[in-house]
Amino acid sequence: MSGFLNWIEERIPMMRVANMHAIQYPAPRNMNFWYVFGFLATIVLVNQIVTGIWLTMNFEPSAERAFASVEYIMREVDYGWLIRYMHSTGASAFFIVVYMHMFRGMIYGSYQKPRELLWVFGMLIYLALMAEAFMGYVLPWGQMSYWGAQVIVSLFGAIPVIGPDLVVWIQGDYVISGATLNRFFALHVIALPLVIVILVFLHIIALHEVGSNNPDGIPIKHKKGSLSEDEKTKYEIHEYYTAKYDIADDVVPFFPHIVLKDLVAFSIFLFGFCYIMFFAPEMGGKFLEHPNFEIANPLKTPEHIFPVWYFTPFYAILKAVPDKLFGVIAMFAAIAALFALPWVDRGRVRSWRYRSGLHKVNLLVFAAVFVFLGYLGGTPQENWKIVASQIATIMYFGFFVLLWMYSKNETTKPVPTRIPR
Amino acid sequence: MSNVSVDAGDSSPAQGQPQNNNRRRFLTIATSVVGAAGAVGAAIPFVASWNPSAKAKAAGADVEVDISGIEPGQLIRVMWRSKPVWIVRRTPELLAALAAHEDQLKDPNSEVEQQPAFAQNQWRSIKEEYLVLVGICTHLGCSPQHLKDGAMEQYAEGVADGFFCPCHGSKFDMAGRVFSNVPAPSNLVVPPYQFVDDNTIIIGSEAEVA
Amino acid sequence: MRKYLVAAILAFPSLVMAAGSNYPLDKAEYDLTDKASLQNGAKIFMNYCLGCHQMQYQRYQRTFSDLGISDELGQEYLQFTGEKVTDYITTPMPAEGAATWFGAPPPDLTLVARVRGADWLYTYLRTFYVDEAKTFGVNNKVFPDVGMPHVLEELQGTPRETYEEVMVDGEMVERYVGIKTDGNGRLSAEEYDQAILDLVNFLEYTGEPSRLQSEAIGRGVLVFIVVFFVFALLLKKDYWRDVH
Repeated sequence: MSGFLNWIEERIPMMRVANMHAIQYPAPRNMNFWYVFGFLATIVLVNQIVTGIWLTMNFEPSAERAFASVEYIMREVDYGWLIRYMHSTGASAFFIVVYMHMFRGMIYGSYQKPRELLWVFGMLIYLALMAEAFMGYVLPWGQMSYWGAQVIVSLFGAIPVIGPDLVVWIQGDYVISGATLNRFFALHVIALPLVIVILVFLHIIALHEVGSNNPDGIPIKHKKGSLSEDEKTKYEIHEYYTAKYDIADDVVPFFPHIVLKDLVAFSIFLFGFCYIMFFAPEMGGKFLEHPNFEIANPLKTPEHIFPVWYFTPFYAILKAVPDKLFGVIAMFAAIAALFALPWVDRGRVRSWRYRSGLHKVNLLVFAAVFVFLGYLGGTPQENWKIVASQIATIMYFGFFVLLWMYSKNETTKPVPTRIPR
Repeated sequence: MSNVSVDAGDSSPAQGQPQNNNRRRFLTIATSVVGAAGAVGAAIPFVASWNPSAKAKAAGADVEVDISGIEPGQLIRVMWRSKPVWIVRRTPELLAALAAHEDQLKDPNSEVEQQPAFAQNQWRSIKEEYLVLVGICTHLGCSPQHLKDGAMEQYAEGVADGFFCPCHGSKFDMAGRVFSNVPAPSNLVVPPYQFVDDNTIIIGSEAEVA
Repeated sequence: MRKYLVAAILAFPSLVMAAGSNYPLDKAEYDLTDKASLQNGAKIFMNYCLGCHQMQYQRYQRTFSDLGISDELGQEYLQFTGEKVTDYITTPMPAEGAATWFGAPPPDLTLVARVRGADWLYTYLRTFYVDEAKTFGVNNKVFPDVGMPHVLEELQGTPRETYEEVMVDGEMVERYVGIKTDGNGRLSAEEYDQAILDLVNFLEYTGEPSRLQSEAIGRGVLVFIVVFFVFALLLKKDYWRDVH
């Protein structure tokens, strides 16, 4: 057996990769529950890919058959309903874990030097995920699929000069049509998943190159020769890391310690996931919107059009600006601002545990504003909401402006060199 | 759900030895077993979804065929479970010819189960006159041609009528029995069927034995 | 394209207003496990609704088996169109004709409960009232100006809006109190409500035929996850005991 394994290892470094990236990967021992969402996101990605492959086996990407084929899956394929609900619940679950993952990065400063690219790859995944989710939502060809696509594609019409032609080009027709559905299908099942998987791979490679951050934002890798033997970890860490650095006694091996922690988190997550999937897959119209159970009708707009909940914060920003072009610009700027976070934050202290009270308030207000924008974008328009969404939009961008201003000369607490016990 | 195999012996020696190795071993095995069971359970819907759907089952339902219009010697094709089913009205001459070439056949007495019990006879049918066969070659699934009035002679000496598979040259007689020395291993399949009355048959189910 | 965006962004308040009424909805206490109720609902659907509305995604056979009816009984008492029990529940009415007669083709009802919700359907089917100004002589409280006749009138009787006189600020004002029938229907008011509840129950079923199976599997899965959680937690604690 070991002879066979050696034969393989000499030809492809399976064990070396497993040791380097899992079994002997040094993970800070103080990682808390905020650190499970990356793992959960990976799990959900696998779920989306597997259930997606299975759905493709019966889905028919045409304007005539798409809606009926989804109902065919729901009724006539053995367990088709379950596979479809796994996919639809998974889509929302993906954004829940990704938003948590991103907020974790923000409160513990995981985007700061040297993790800027790690953050940028993460943001690219988020961007690709939004495109993936949007196109996936078009495929069932219900009323929300159709009119959601109509509104989102129309956004590109705001671009000066080329806008209108661009919209027609994206649609492949003068309206959203079967041609649009077909190309979205191709992008949804092949192109974007491929992009996402590659980006996730790069995200993990980048993570393992710079090492995991932790709730204290304290490095676990120290300059070679700076730690005494007592201060170094007793766990077996891969020489890839120990050759360049002294690894402090602040780490545990990723496997089994972190994996077990992730597994516990996974079972809690799975409980909630399965509860929604089996008992409330529509989630009160938030995960599967009611009008989408009606086949697309180009002549009749539903009473209320909302994007699915995970887009609503940005939709609220779009609606807050009383000008089409500037609304679209504001919406994309809201995403671009997140990309720029590693450079907007000019501080040198990562975790909010050691940063100013102002920073903590700023972060919490930002989170609250984001949720509030989501509420505004996902509920019927009322007069007070117009002003509210304008204020919230200003506060959203205000977070970045404030951060840029105070982070340069922020009063921070002294950061220990070692993770406190 | 992932199958977790955490081997207690594998992990690096931590600060202080594990207090109770038996407990750890038990928990490792228990978690692994439950996890593996979960993985198997999660696989069930994916495996089951490959079964024929309600649509396929509806399309595979019994087919009722009116046979009153078939001329003597004529073959008609009907679709059953998306497969061609032949119904041939055999003339007395065709039936008489069946006995003549039995020495050239691989399984003249239909001993291999390729037919319902009622068709294990020389003419392989309920009524001698009507032959009902699934028109799929038992070799690799092509649909053989019906060669009649001497057209079969070129492939089987002394046999005027029969079925010839163009894909790999398998030959069958007018009871769907396979000739020796051809790629097809067995006789053509007789589907379950029953006569409702003299002019109507139902393909897909057998009459219940009284 | 621009006009759609404008519509989406600016016309929101007016859309909401135009969308219909704020008539308070009654709670539909339907029960998917009540086979007798489902069967009665199916009977009402096949007799009164299927003339115009179809259920093109649902098969008779699946419906019969889920409702605990044999194919033979179902075909005899519930199947009036279609040749085979394996057929979809479709209507013989031609779609083009329907569009001319009603202004729009009557919508497919397979999923109507998931679009509208049980409460909406339950209230809608009980709030038709006589309004001679309308094409079909009736209007609806929940769906004003609906282009559909009150096909269940022979069950309910002729429904009329009723008002009571109340004193508001020293003036007598007519206040709407509900729908009352002339009592010429085959069912009493309570029986009619129950019949509609059965129909809504049936529509809830067809909207998602897998619901009961889903909940049955779901309970087992949740218990299983708890068991896995306990083992995983104990194992994790065992490994982490040395760390802290």
